[in-house]
Amino acid sequence: MTDLATTPDHIQVADLAVSYGRHPALGPLSLTVRRNEILSIIGPANAGKSTFLRTLNRMIDLTPHVQASGQVLLEGEDVLQMRDVAALRRRVGIVFALPLALPLSIFDNVAYGPRHHGLVPRKEMPGLVEQCLRQAFLWDEVKDRLKEPALNLSGGQQQRLCIARTLAVRPEVLLFDEPCSGLDPVSTAMVEETMQELKSDYTLVLVTNLTAQAARVSDRTAFFLSGELVELDDTAKIFTAPSDQRTEDYIRGRFG
Amino acid sequence: MTSVTKQKIAFTILGGITVLVALPVLLIVGVIVKHGLGAISWEFLSTAPSDGMREGGIFPAIVGTCCLVVTAVVVAVPLGVFAAIFLNEYAGDNWLTRLVRLAIINLAGVPSVVYGLFGLGLFVVVLKFGASILAGGLTLALMNLPVIVTASKEALDAVPQTFREVSLSLGVSKWKTIRHLVLPNAIPGILTGIILEVSRAAGETAPILFTAAAFYLPGLPQSIFSQVMALPSHLYAISTQVPNISLETRYGTALVLLALVFIVNSFAIFLRARLRAKRRW
Repeated sequence: MTDLATTPDHIQVADLAVSYGRHPALGPLSLTVRRNEILSIIGPANAGKSTFLRTLNRMIDLTPHVQASGQVLLEGEDVLQMRDVAALRRRVGIVFALPLALPLSIFDNVAYGPRHHGLVPRKEMPGLVEQCLRQAFLWDEVKDRLKEPALNLSGGQQQRLCIARTLAVRPEVLLFDEPCSGLDPVSTAMVEETMQELKSDYTLVLVTNLTAQAARVSDRTAFFLSGELVELDDTAKIFTAPSDQRTEDYIRGRFG
Repeated sequence: MTSVTKQKIAFTILGGITVLVALPVLLIVGVIVKHGLGAISWEFLSTAPSDGMREGGIFPAIVGTCCLVVTAVVVAVPLGVFAAIFLNEYAGDNWLTRLVRLAIINLAGVPSVVYGLFGLGLFVVVLKFGASILAGGLTLALMNLPVIVTASKEALDAVPQTFREVSLSLGVSKWKTIRHLVLPNAIPGILTGIILEVSRAAGETAPILFTAAAFYLPGLPQSIFSQVMALPSHLYAISTQVPNISLETRYGTALVLLALVFIVNSFAIFLRARLRAKRRW
């Protein structure tokens, strides 16, 4: 086995195909996600973007009649064959499209994961919560009202709370499933800034409907269309000189 | 006719019908309180009947009903809630779960006297519990199960699916997710089912008539294998089988039964309101 930490590839996807019952949703496709990069996935509806993302931490298991074939290697270990799905999900966290705060206090939302995993002793929990809220750029706004219900927060704040909650279980990969679809431009900018900061410690995969967002934050961009990977390249290249006509059409807004 | 007048007329009719619905309840409570209040005294509540039921109190029946209800709840609530968790969270949609759901719906429609006969056959005769708190409580528990399962399942179903997804996505196991996130948010709904069933268990006569109730016992039950007096069957007995008993004693017994159910319900409703106040989604 090669020294994993020295290989630049964090996730290697090979011939991955996913179908819902008889309806193929994705692939087969192959790609790699590099360590400490932000990889954006863009594409119109039904392109398989979310399906791809939810395969990476096996959230697709929750969908009935789903079948996945091929390989998804996380540090060389096949995600699709893993039996301890809970352990996988701790390593590969996800932030959903809608800000889904749990009906708990702000503090308890962040502490929810670590508490159930017994990650830190009770005394150190406030420190961990503060650290995660700082990482998500939310600490200054909520530090005086940690005991208040999280549902009192605005949508943008809730989404950053969700990021803090995901960070709290100390994952290595962060998946973002259209994290700004319900947010105003100011909150969107804050979430994007958060993602840039997180890059140094985490590997990020971002599914987004905002092509401009992909251009702003990501290192590389993949274009999905009808379950197929059309093109994956450096973001600068995708947005200036894409190799495939369909990519260019989508970016220029000619369809989708 | 203007639409405002039409609306007023409609509201008046609807309001009148609503009052009509409430009227029987008020009348029943009114009549029972009016005739029964005179019988209520410390002696009535704390002593056993005497003089062939015509004198004394109903203390053994109060204790007996409490024992039966507690036994029924202790058995039916865990069974019902766990069954609901299984049906709603674990079991998929297949022929087995459809059969179970169908069975539950049909069980809810079985007349209570049939439960009584079934309890007599199974618990009293085959399992040899005799007429006892255990046999009566188990019979009541069986009768309560369908409603508790259905109410609990609906309460679990009402907890947004997204809560489960968030918890699972954080790597929290399915059981921990249910135990610490889904169940706490479903408790108010589950309590509603339990409240309904406590009243039914306390009030039903037929299921305990063959399985637990004694016509007259001077003392209190010694164990769960003791036969007991119970309020509904006692009321039935003094209303049909004891001549020359005062109206007051009968209505007094009914009043105590009503009050008992009312106290239990108020407590549960208070608890539910407090739990609901904490929840906001």
